[in-house]
Amino acid sequence: MAALFNTVPRHEPRLMLAEPMLSMRGISKSFGEVKAVIDVDVTVYPGEVLGIVGESGSGKSTLLRMMNLEDTPEAGSYHLSLPDQEERNLFTLDRFERRMLRARHIGIVYQNPHLGLLMGHTSSGNVAERLLIAGNRNFADLRSRARESLQASEFPLERIDARPRELSGGMQQRVQLAKAIALEPAVLLLDEPTTGLDVSVQALVLDTLKRLQQERAITMVLVSHDLGVIRTMADRVMVMRRGRVVEQGLADQIFQDPQHEYTQQLVHAKL
Amino acid sequence: MTLKDLTKPWAAFNYGFLDESAKRELRRKMLKAVAVPGYQVPYASREVPMARGWGTGGLQATLTLLKPTSVVKVIDQGADDSVNAVSIRKFFARVGGAVETEDTQKATIIQSRHRIPEEKLREDQILVLQVPDPEPLRAVQPDMSIAREMHGDADYGQLWLVLYEQLVKSGRIIQGSSYPSMVNGRYVISPSPIPRWDVKKLHQADHLTILSAGREKRIYAVPPYTNVEPLVFDDVPYRVEDHQDKTCYRSNVTGFFMNELPQDDGSSRHELSDSHFGVKQIRRNEGEAVEIAKTWYNNGRMD
Ligand SMILES: Nc1ncnc2c1ncn2[C@@H]1O[C@H](COP(=O)(O)OP(=O)(O)OP(=O)(O)O)[C@@H](O)[C@H]1O
Ligand SMILES: [Mg+2]
Repeated sequence: MAALFNTVPRHEPRLMLAEPMLSMRGISKSFGEVKAVIDVDVTVYPGEVLGIVGESGSGKSTLLRMMNLEDTPEAGSYHLSLPDQEERNLFTLDRFERRMLRARHIGIVYQNPHLGLLMGHTSSGNVAERLLIAGNRNFADLRSRARESLQASEFPLERIDARPRELSGGMQQRVQLAKAIALEPAVLLLDEPTTGLDVSVQALVLDTLKRLQQERAITMVLVSHDLGVIRTMADRVMVMRRGRVVEQGLADQIFQDPQHEYTQQLVHAKL
Repeated sequence: MTLKDLTKPWAAFNYGFLDESAKRELRRKMLKAVAVPGYQVPYASREVPMARGWGTGGLQATLTLLKPTSVVKVIDQGADDSVNAVSIRKFFARVGGAVETEDTQKATIIQSRHRIPEEKLREDQILVLQVPDPEPLRAVQPDMSIAREMHGDADYGQLWLVLYEQLVKSGRIIQGSSYPSMVNGRYVISPSPIPRWDVKKLHQADHLTILSAGREKRIYAVPPYTNVEPLVFDDVPYRVEDHQDKTCYRSNVTGFFMNELPQDDGSSRHELSDSHFGVKQIRRNEGEAVEIAKTWYNNGRMD
């Protein structure tokens, strides 16, 4: 990973004057006895990358699933800065509204491509499906937009009609990414997008993510237990432990001057 | 008064073969199907003296609709005279006292599997389609309980995806019969194994269509004057089978759905698939004053 840090330019943290793009307040979620997420607030500003780190089982994926409206918490509210939804707590949307909102405004990349892709359909088809759900009914347009989106994800264009199950792990992640950005989402959620890939492939996928983020100023929430990945990508970092946020701040602060004991352990173990 | 006076006289079977409670259930389910066009209503499919998968769904629907003044036409592959069609029609006559007919215009109930007649149906007629597989989502979702949720959510992206991939792969849409179609802007149905040619006849029709699958125990309906839109892309028009220019070698009629008859020399001849429509055309050619109703297609086109 060390080589990677040198090749990717660090950029200055953005000023956070704008209205938040995403805001969650007082989120709690349990599974039976297990309190997976406890009273968590999240704020993400437009064009910013929020990194979420934490050990296994700390509630990162659970939180992300709620951001993707796949799951509803016991308590808490969720707002996205969308033209027609500004006032609405998105957890009050009905099933159909959720599905439409998710298709149009939220992109997600899972660690496990089986969760994000229809493995038996073509790669371009996987991207096109997103556009079809949103109501696009023009074949030529679907075709060219799927192609553009795959190209932006640096997916090899000669393989756009191959099925994900015939592709490498890195390429599968690029299909997920193409699908996620096809409709210019308000927020792009990434749950361990490069975990499980070879280190060299991981670096290439991160490069793509970085480039997309800089070109399009996509608002991202990136979950990883790999501090190297977070350090490469994130403007701000949130550290989770046992369902709670124990520390958050600008990436540089967190990495250079961690305050919480747990964060100190994490950072020192890594460096 | 004796017990005998209070008891109904013995009969070998109930009118219309099905018992009254079975018919009552089916009537209710049909009303529900009409109220929610295109929605597949589950029903308790009964035993009828025919193997499941041979049109038992259509049979039960027709038996329920039957009354002594009914005039029934049964079509199998477009023909009235196949063994299957004849025996089903005779069954209706025997258990319901229905009048048998081959003439589309005279029928009050038309039961069919593969075709919709070429002559336009009227408001006072009911078309019953026998459906082998009612689930348009089966190809993309083998789990039927998930498929039902997808209908609930109007989640039809994957059906469109199948069409998208056919176009990518073959440059055209391959789906022939059972072409998935949106009913009343809400539910996608499989319109039974009728050809693409016939799907257009369901759109804003004057008649009621009941679609019934006996093995799968699902009944659904296209009420009169309801939109039925095959799933098509804006820039790839819906195409019916290329039968516009084909001429029937028996009746000399052009512009209807044909059966292709391969010849020994490798060529092929065509005959009208709607057999009784062909019979009427021939009789008219021979100078008989035969009444033929308006047809959905004219000169091979429907507008
Ligand atoms: N569907 C579920 N049913 C029951 N328990 C669950 C469920 N999903 C998550 N949990 C529990 O909630 C807690 C948080 O899980 P979560 O997957 O959010 O952790 P994570 O931070 O993403 O961990 P990892 O780094 O291993 O992916 C864990 O104790 C987990 O076992
Ligand atoms: Mg996780």
